[in-house]
Amino acid sequence: MTTRDILTSSLIAVCVCVVGCATTQERLLESDKSQVALRSIQTRAFDTADKEKTLRTIMATLQDLGFVVDKADATLGSVTATKLDKYALRMTVTVRPRGQSQLLVRANAQYQLEPVVDPQPYQDFFAALEKAMFLAAHEVD
Amino acid sequence: MHDSRLLPLGLALTLVLVVAGCTSIPADALKLSPESLRDRQLQTRVFDTEEEAKILAACSALLQDLGFSIDESETRLGVLTGSKDRSALNAGQVAASVIIAVLTGVVTPVDKNQKMRVSIVCRPVGEEKKRTAVRVTFQRIVWNTYGQVTTQERIGDPAIYQEFFDKLSKALFLEAHEI
Repeated sequence: MTTRDILTSSLIAVCVCVVGCATTQERLLESDKSQVALRSIQTRAFDTADKEKTLRTIMATLQDLGFVVDKADATLGSVTATKLDKYALRMTVTVRPRGQSQLLVRANAQYQLEPVVDPQPYQDFFAALEKAMFLAAHEVD
Repeated sequence: MHDSRLLPLGLALTLVLVVAGCTSIPADALKLSPESLRDRQLQTRVFDTEEEAKILAACSALLQDLGFSIDESETRLGVLTGSKDRSALNAGQVAASVIIAVLTGVVTPVDKNQKMRVSIVCRPVGEEKKRTAVRVTFQRIVWNTYGQVTTQERIGDPAIYQEFFDKLSKALFLEAHEI
């Protein structure tokens, strides 16, 4: 491999990175992402009707994940927390009843100035919450 | 670098690193870390009382003693949050900035303000829920003289948490048990 080859390949790598990171494209996709898809990524159902206990468990989980709780409202069923770790990650988690015996937990996160639309971080969050709840998180359509 | 043709390559690689740095949320941001248990132990004490409201009242008085203002509270969920704004001026940093300014004529920003935030969350523990666990967490944001955020971090110094709980247990006349 000559220096020229290395140069060419690294330029291609730069192009790929720049394209993958282009904010305009990302914003386009973000607005394209349907509300329904995002909602199902961000929502899970738990087999409990105890809203207050669920909110407390959510706060404990957020604290375990390194968040500082900003505000909480038992009536509204919402908790907002921020994690500062060289970056700023803000999350709002809401709890509302689904029928008589289930609660819907919806989380949405903002990383720096961007909304988090990738499913993986939400899966991680619900995996941690499941453990703390001693209950399985069901996906909802 | 010996070969001048390698310079563009170096620049290109640097660019790749810089651009890659603008990617989205870190993969481990919402994963439980191996340190999370240690942090929980550091930030939590258990008190032999089930009167959560009494603990929250003592906490709010303690926060005031420490110069915090109360931002939010939700007694039904055992939550209290507060913050304070303080100077972040650091003599060493200012001196370095002055020396750079004298030598180069370029004014470099220095840390100016910081906001320190605290949140306290109580929850009943024990088999009969007769005890209350109190978890406190601190974080801070620092801005420089240009108004840019230079630091945003959680405060992890064990001495701070120890001191906080020493004061809280004195205020409550109760012993703070480690978990």
